[in-house]
Amino acid sequence: MSDAPLKRTPLHAAHVAAGARMVPFGGWDMPVQYRGILEEHRTVRGAVGLFDVSHMGEFECEGAAALAALQSVTTNDVAALEIGQVQYSVFCYPNGTIVDDLTVYRLAPDRYMVTVNASNLDKDYAWVTDHATSARWRNVSDETGLIAVQGPKAEALVGRLADRDVTKIGYYRFARGAVAGVAALISRTGYTGEDGFELYTAAADTPRLWAALLDTGRADGVAPIGLGARDTLRLEMKYVLYGNDIDDTTNALEAGLGWVVKPAKGDFVGRDALEKIRAEGVRRRLVGIEMVDKAIARHGYPVQKDGRAVGIVTSGSYGPSVDKYIAMAYVETALASVGTELAVEIRGQAKAARVVRTPFHPSRVKKA
Amino acid sequence: MANVPKDLKYTREHEWAKQEGDRVRVGITAYAQEQLGDVVFVELPKVGAKVTASKNFGVVESVKAVSDLFAPVSGEVVEINGELSQKPETVNQDTYGRGWMIVVKPSNGGEWDQLLTPQQYEEFLAQAAH
Repeated sequence: MSDAPLKRTPLHAAHVAAGARMVPFGGWDMPVQYRGILEEHRTVRGAVGLFDVSHMGEFECEGAAALAALQSVTTNDVAALEIGQVQYSVFCYPNGTIVDDLTVYRLAPDRYMVTVNASNLDKDYAWVTDHATSARWRNVSDETGLIAVQGPKAEALVGRLADRDVTKIGYYRFARGAVAGVAALISRTGYTGEDGFELYTAAADTPRLWAALLDTGRADGVAPIGLGARDTLRLEMKYVLYGNDIDDTTNALEAGLGWVVKPAKGDFVGRDALEKIRAEGVRRRLVGIEMVDKAIARHGYPVQKDGRAVGIVTSGSYGPSVDKYIAMAYVETALASVGTELAVEIRGQAKAARVVRTPFHPSRVKKA
Repeated sequence: MANVPKDLKYTREHEWAKQEGDRVRVGITAYAQEQLGDVVFVELPKVGAKVTASKNFGVVESVKAVSDLFAPVSGEVVEINGELSQKPETVNQDTYGRGWMIVVKPSNGGEWDQLLTPQQYEEFLAQAAH
């Protein structure tokens, strides 16, 4: 890690004032929890929670060749995007391993926004400006704030503050509007498995929007949510996290991201390698496992079958909504089917586990 | 400042020890449970196991982290808190009471005197805060 000072989001002072426990994350000083991870997790599943995700990176991509530029560096088919639509995608290396996962927003006919992970921001910007040179790129991360509003009461809360009918915004769609008088891009996306929105605003306006959401949401039981609960919420959905479940050693197909790999669209970085891997079949697969013995499988723990090493855990914790110890792991393809009995080596002991159906907790995102 | 009861002794790894006749009851301190956050798993030795002062005797896990538990004194484990396997959150709710972890029958009485007094532990916490 570098010794560079930690970066602060526009909401940093609000987190400190609220008594959040701050931790370093991807070069940022971020709230890991406010009142407690379990309570915050349950707030999002049962009511509505606010996440400061302003640390994430946003790039604008513009020009007559913007589409071609994006097609050349992403795996999904950007040509399928309508204006007002969002798409999950991946940047791959030539060998099919992963630079980052991201979302692509089509803002106008020749104008897009790409949202990337905070910890990969500099690497990603260098990647796109090196490999997708036919477009004009602009890194707008520092001037952009981002608040995720997630939970069964998110629609009601955002709806009360918005100057437009947000119920009309479908899943993975967005619209421009004002929320609490703050100009925002209102995106029906998230990382929790609950219905909700991600609100992109000018950095300077972000504290005002955060305060208004907390104030107006009081009757809904709104609370700020830290990175700790963000992690347990996404784990229960088996949503991958860069640096844990995917990185430059895992390919997009074994990671279960084949649904966003579209070789038919034309050439892109990683296409040949991914086509070859798809034809030959993946050697391992990212699966959801549940501990049968009581123990917590953590990132990096070995997975075994009858004493033989067959894989590795990438994420694991207690799943508060499923009330089980759950994990994600890469295992040999032959052992990836639901019901397969495995073991996780935990402090030198083989603890029984089994492959289970995912998501671990049912998704309640609003699919129009 | 975290609660540091006057009738206990402490380790630098944030365990408390309570003398009960010829036995010593062990748990983690209020400071430790606050630092950990929500405890979601506790792994304890079996009754009859031998533990050694300053050595690991088990594990406590929060959502985010795994922490070793260190024995304040050496001896034989004569009781464990079985409730913690079903209700690990008891450690957060009642650290110095129902959140206890093991009871040890000490094999070396001299070790008790090596443990931190409440005042020494408070000073240790104050230093750690800087």
